Amino acid sequence: MRPAWSIIFFTSISGLGFGLAAWVVLGFIDLVHPQQIFGVGGLVMLLIGAGLLSSTLHLGHPERAWRALSQWRSSWLSREGVLAVLAMLALAGWGWHVFAIGTPPLWANIAAALLMAVTVYATSMIYASLKTVARWHHPLTPICYLMFAAAGGLLAILWLQAFLGQGQSDAFELAVLLALASAWGVKLVWWQIAGANGSGSTLASATGLVGLGEVRSIMPPHTSENYLQHEMGFVIARKHASRLRLVALGLGGGLPCLLVIMDGGSAMGIGLALLLHMAGVFVERWLFFAEAKHTVSIYYGHQH
Amino acid sequence: MTSLPEPSAIKLGLVIDLDICVGCQACVVNCKEWNTSGYGAPLSDSDAYGAQPSGAWLNRVHTFEAGTGADAKVVHFPKSCLHCEDAPCVTVCPTGASFKRSEDGIVLVNEDWCIGCGLCAWSCPYGAREMDPAEGVMKKCTLCVDRIYNENLPSEDQVPACVRTCPTNARHYGDLGDPNSEVSLLVAARSGFDLMPEQNTKPVNKYLPPRPRRAANDTPMSLLAMADEATPSGFWKWVDSTLEKLG
Amino acid sequence: MSVEPIVERSPKVADEVKKTTCYMCACRCGIDVHLRDGKVRYIEGNRDHPVNKGVLCAKGSAGIMQHYSPARLRSPLKRVGPRGSGQFEEISWEEALTTATGWLAPIRETDPKKLAFFTGRDQSQALTGWWAQQVGTPNFAAHGGFCSVNMAAGGIYTIGGAFWEFGSPDWDLTEMFVLFGVAEDHDSNPIKMGLGKLKNRGKRVVSVNPVQTGYAAISDDWYGVTPGTDGLLILSLIRELMQSGNIDVDYLRRYTNAPWLVIRNPGAADDGLFLRDDDGKPQILDRNSGKLVASNSRSVAAQLQGEVKLDNGAIAVPSFMLMAEAYLDDAYNPDVIAGKVGIPAARIRQLAADLAEAAFAKEIVINQPWTDWKGEHHETMIGRPVSMHAMRGISAHSNGFQTCRALHVLQLILGSVEVPGGFRFKPPYPKPAEAHPKPAGRPDQVTPGKPMAGAPLGYVLGPDDLIIGKDGAPQRIDKAFSWDAPMSAHGLMHMVISNAVAGDPYPVDVLFMYMANMAWNSSMNTRGVMEMLTAKDDETGEYKIPKIIYSDAYQSEMVAYADLILPDTTYLERHDAISLLDRPICEADGVADAIRWPVLPPDRDVRGFQSVLLDIGARLGLPGMVNEDGSAKYADYGDYIVNHERKPGIGPLAGFRGENGKAEGRGSPNPAQLDAYIENGGFWHTEIPDAAKYYKMANVAYQDFAVEMGFFDSPQPYDFQIYSEVLQKFRLAAEGHGNVQPPEHLRARVKQCFTPLPSWYPPFEGSAIDEDEFPIHALTQRPMAMYHSWGSQNPWLRQIHGHNPMFLSQTLATKIGVGEGDWIWVTSHHGKIRVPVAVMEGVNEHTIWTWNAIGKRKGAWQLDADAPEVKKGFLLNHLIHELLPPKGDGMRWANSDPITGQAAWFDLRVKIEAAAEDEPAEVAPQFDQIASPPGLTKPEAMLRYGLEWTKSATKKSKKGQ
Repeated sequence: MRPAWSIIFFTSISGLGFGLAAWVVLGFIDLVHPQQIFGVGGLVMLLIGAGLLSSTLHLGHPERAWRALSQWRSSWLSREGVLAVLAMLALAGWGWHVFAIGTPPLWANIAAALLMAVTVYATSMIYASLKTVARWHHPLTPICYLMFAAAGGLLAILWLQAFLGQGQSDAFELAVLLALASAWGVKLVWWQIAGANGSGSTLASATGLVGLGEVRSIMPPHTSENYLQHEMGFVIARKHASRLRLVALGLGGGLPCLLVIMDGGSAMGIGLALLLHMAGVFVERWLFFAEAKHTVSIYYGHQH
Repeated sequence: MTSLPEPSAIKLGLVIDLDICVGCQACVVNCKEWNTSGYGAPLSDSDAYGAQPSGAWLNRVHTFEAGTGADAKVVHFPKSCLHCEDAPCVTVCPTGASFKRSEDGIVLVNEDWCIGCGLCAWSCPYGAREMDPAEGVMKKCTLCVDRIYNENLPSEDQVPACVRTCPTNARHYGDLGDPNSEVSLLVAARSGFDLMPEQNTKPVNKYLPPRPRRAANDTPMSLLAMADEATPSGFWKWVDSTLEKLG
Repeated sequence: MSVEPIVERSPKVADEVKKTTCYMCACRCGIDVHLRDGKVRYIEGNRDHPVNKGVLCAKGSAGIMQHYSPARLRSPLKRVGPRGSGQFEEISWEEALTTATGWLAPIRETDPKKLAFFTGRDQSQALTGWWAQQVGTPNFAAHGGFCSVNMAAGGIYTIGGAFWEFGSPDWDLTEMFVLFGVAEDHDSNPIKMGLGKLKNRGKRVVSVNPVQTGYAAISDDWYGVTPGTDGLLILSLIRELMQSGNIDVDYLRRYTNAPWLVIRNPGAADDGLFLRDDDGKPQILDRNSGKLVASNSRSVAAQLQGEVKLDNGAIAVPSFMLMAEAYLDDAYNPDVIAGKVGIPAARIRQLAADLAEAAFAKEIVINQPWTDWKGEHHETMIGRPVSMHAMRGISAHSNGFQTCRALHVLQLILGSVEVPGGFRFKPPYPKPAEAHPKPAGRPDQVTPGKPMAGAPLGYVLGPDDLIIGKDGAPQRIDKAFSWDAPMSAHGLMHMVISNAVAGDPYPVDVLFMYMANMAWNSSMNTRGVMEMLTAKDDETGEYKIPKIIYSDAYQSEMVAYADLILPDTTYLERHDAISLLDRPICEADGVADAIRWPVLPPDRDVRGFQSVLLDIGARLGLPGMVNEDGSAKYADYGDYIVNHERKPGIGPLAGFRGENGKAEGRGSPNPAQLDAYIENGGFWHTEIPDAAKYYKMANVAYQDFAVEMGFFDSPQPYDFQIYSEVLQKFRLAAEGHGNVQPPEHLRARVKQCFTPLPSWYPPFEGSAIDEDEFPIHALTQRPMAMYHSWGSQNPWLRQIHGHNPMFLSQTLATKIGVGEGDWIWVTSHHGKIRVPVAVMEGVNEHTIWTWNAIGKRKGAWQLDADAPEVKKGFLLNHLIHELLPPKGDGMRWANSDPITGQAAWFDLRVKIEAAAEDEPAEVAPQFDQIASPPGLTKPEAMLRYGLEWTKSATKKSKKGQ
């Protein structure tokens, strides 16, 4: 699939935003002063909002985007939209509560955190629900999204703790390292097994030409690229993809972990780690699309 | 409305005969010319005269080949929306623009509501949907919904453009939900099949397989030998006796 | 939002529908043009039209984009830069016509041969040939010489009709259909409809074609024959059928010249000629009486074997015996020829067995009484239901004429010509070769200032009919009807430029062409032709072809090489007559003709070429084009179509004639004729009476019907000519007999190739090169969605075929170490090209192929300079030369069939090798960009056809314009 930067940005940044928001509402950062509330709240809303806005850049008719809230009964994209709106409303409400009244009760915090998680889950299900992309259509796909949101969120919390001068514990740092490691660990497994057996569709099942020998495409229906090929025919060489996986792993996991270990207390260090992590997530997300194969490519000559 | 409607009794669709399609692209181009001035926005073509022309089309003809050597079999393969019963393109649509008609099962895009997110194209295993480069909405086969009920057309022309134009008669239109319709009988007689049945979309359109050929090295039937031997004298004997019988 | 959207059920389609004729190929289907707001909304097939009955192919369906093409020329042009630069200025029609007339008038008065008038893909040869005759020049032909004259001539000289326009399979009754190498548009939709019918009837479809795409893909049996060897295959089938007694001897003796007696008098001047009685009638032996009688004698049981002793000591035998002698030869044993034709012997025998079974075990009997011209009454019509069709795959070879004749002989021994289930003629055929006029152009027939004493093209019947001088020198610029190509019924358009520039046989002054892209895909040796068109005489500094007038509708590559451009209309803006006098659209069961008429007015300063031709003719004062007072006889082509009479009562259109518009075939001009056609859907059709539908060449009812319709003035029944006396006459001349003999250097070739019975000889190019050096055959095929060079200007069609690869078999690809998408050099004796590779299995292992005419030159057709047609599209033409490799004798040997002059496109032999890794991914050769003429419309980058009638939220393009 052709990686679209607007979508990569959308899922990565909003993922980070929802992850951060979940840890925030669970109380991993102290929000006492208004600056802290509005600062952190603003940051979270900025991340989520920027992500959502970015997703509309992908649309042919962004002015109609509001219609996307209507089909939540059947559409994961619609559900994600509704949930994102609810999540933002909930966060606004939570923030107002903190500002005006104080820390909300535990059940509310847990509910809010769950709402963030479910929103991330819905985002990932937009892709994971597609049977046409074998790599995406795997139980580990939403797990990856959730774990990246969680790990990124934790790293962001660590940074905020440093930035706001709040105390950091070794245990928390360890949690951050574990979160990053396990997120990338699951990702590594996902890279190995997701879609490894293909979509189940082959040139034979796509054309019904069985018993005639190996089927192959000898002439495309058109000599210049069409929408399908442009969107879904993107192919990345195995060597290139392997290299990028390492880059993603390094930028998104290795280097941030190193920085956390070496410089867990400094806002600069963790800030850098967060940026590197996001860069790594961008690369990972880019690969998420680039390495994805759609069944339509079978019609254009792939065997499966 | 993207929740699928109750399955309708009427399931309009096409039957494509792979035994007869010669890959002439008539259906492809006729569909383009009918629909560019028909349902919804025109079917645009970007860089129409340039280095990378790319347009929105609703029907494409691929060419595949199976086997090797003298037994190789080339198959020309038209592909357009299969108007699936379990259309994933309908359920993924966030705005309800992509819908399946309860009256006749045709899957359509309501272009006023389409936000051009492209998700339906991603969900379609068959590549039946293409985004229009100028309009930013999704385009797909409409089963010529603007022809099949159109009182401005003579009744014999109230069929999809591709069916009317196909020179080899490789495209058939009708109600696949009626087991006694011409198309259903055709499917039964020729063992019509679904594309990618494992995708569970339950396509309504059916494909008829190429009729089997005999293998290139099958033993030939021997010529009905009427001559005694393959020698000149034998031949003339036969000529003479044949002329004799004719009188 | 759970309400289902309401969809409009009966949206408006159009304001009106006008019915006319398509123009995208030579098929000429009837079309319904839907118009809205004065523009074309939709084009579909006309359901009532006899040719296509409502269907329409991709080319026709893309007509809107053809009609509105930005490459349309917009006004007459005069060249202002050097030839080939594309620099023109717009001029008025008056200036253009005055210039043209000024160039032509002095030629007419002094030396008409200085005008070479050749037309490409037009179908108005009845007019253009007549115009040439009136001007007085013999230098006229249409494109048949480089297209498929071998089929036309092979057919007419053998069976009195040909595949495609003059014949058709009996789709409804045939049991087995064999298709030899067909260019898809001959004829596009009827073949497609027929194939669909056959498959649904469960009948066997066989394809003999080196490539398995298109029609071959749906065949039940595909025989991947090696190019140029079809004749061998056919003769082998004839052998198998003859020796196993699977031939229809009754049919042969009744309807063919198999029983005609042939003189055997080696060394004498009558050797191999028919034995004739005092009335000149060929003679046969009557089995019952043992006597010699005329071949058209009534109720004779003709003898097929025997010997007659002649007075002079020679003998005569039925030609059937010569057939047996020739074909019951081990040389045609499938085991012997299998390697050469690329088909295993077992499969060749399979094909013979299938033919025998279909012809004899599935005989058809129709209870329709009929009477034959020899006086015999038949109670039934018997059919041997094997049908065949063939075109350029057979034709475009230097052995194509003999191969085509062989194919017809195969049909004849199976008794399958003009019978139920077999191959059937389409009116106004069948007509034997003798019923056609002979060509004019000999010195005594060409008089300055006067029309020629006959039409420039025709059918010769022997050396006396050749268009040569007393010294034997060719008289025509293309050397047609000379010993270089004696039976060249369609001329040799591909030799005109080359001969004119070489001054061989002589130079010309004006080259006048219509719709022929000779500076690109319609020529062999493209670069060479481009150079020839701009070649200058060293002494005078003038162009060797001093003046070039060219008419075209579009800015093709040829436009840049003309001095004067006469812009043509599109097909929706013009009159045309799809005429019985021309290339008819009849079907086997009915007579038909059709018109085109201006469905829309032109929006630019263009005029239909035929109207322009008549205008120039009037200005020149040509007889038949001016009234007695010198004024123009015809206002335009439409006027000519209605009012011109080629013979009394016979005009271009056969329908709605006579004062009351009710006469058919013959009748006085009807001023309202065009309106009658328009009202009738753009065509006229009448059915042949049932008793006349089969055995047309011998059927009295048909012959009478044909006279009534005006196909000929008296019945023209005949016997099929398996043995060709015409060919034998040429051979006798080569052996040293008669007053007209070939030049020394051609004697051997005539003796070898002009065999009176069909034979096979290896294609010339293969014999002239080192076959080990150039082991591969290279071919083109016509893509179904495009027609010659016309498709690339069409924004819809060019998305389907924007560039073309060279297809290789997997075996070949592996051998040279390339795969899909790699680049290779393909080299012939003449040139080399670098092209991209595609791989397929369904191709003869010694053959590579590509689609034709897709490659375009930079700057032509209003395409961007970096269009894929330029960068990745290529022509095979660059590898093909109009001459064979030099033999060292200083002569220019045409790369053509020696009998008809047919351009031998498919004789091409090449070698292939992988291109180097560092080479650019671009086709070679590339050419300089040609400039666009002034005034052409700029193409829109984002095309949104139909925007004004459709709903769009973005009336203006939102994503870049």
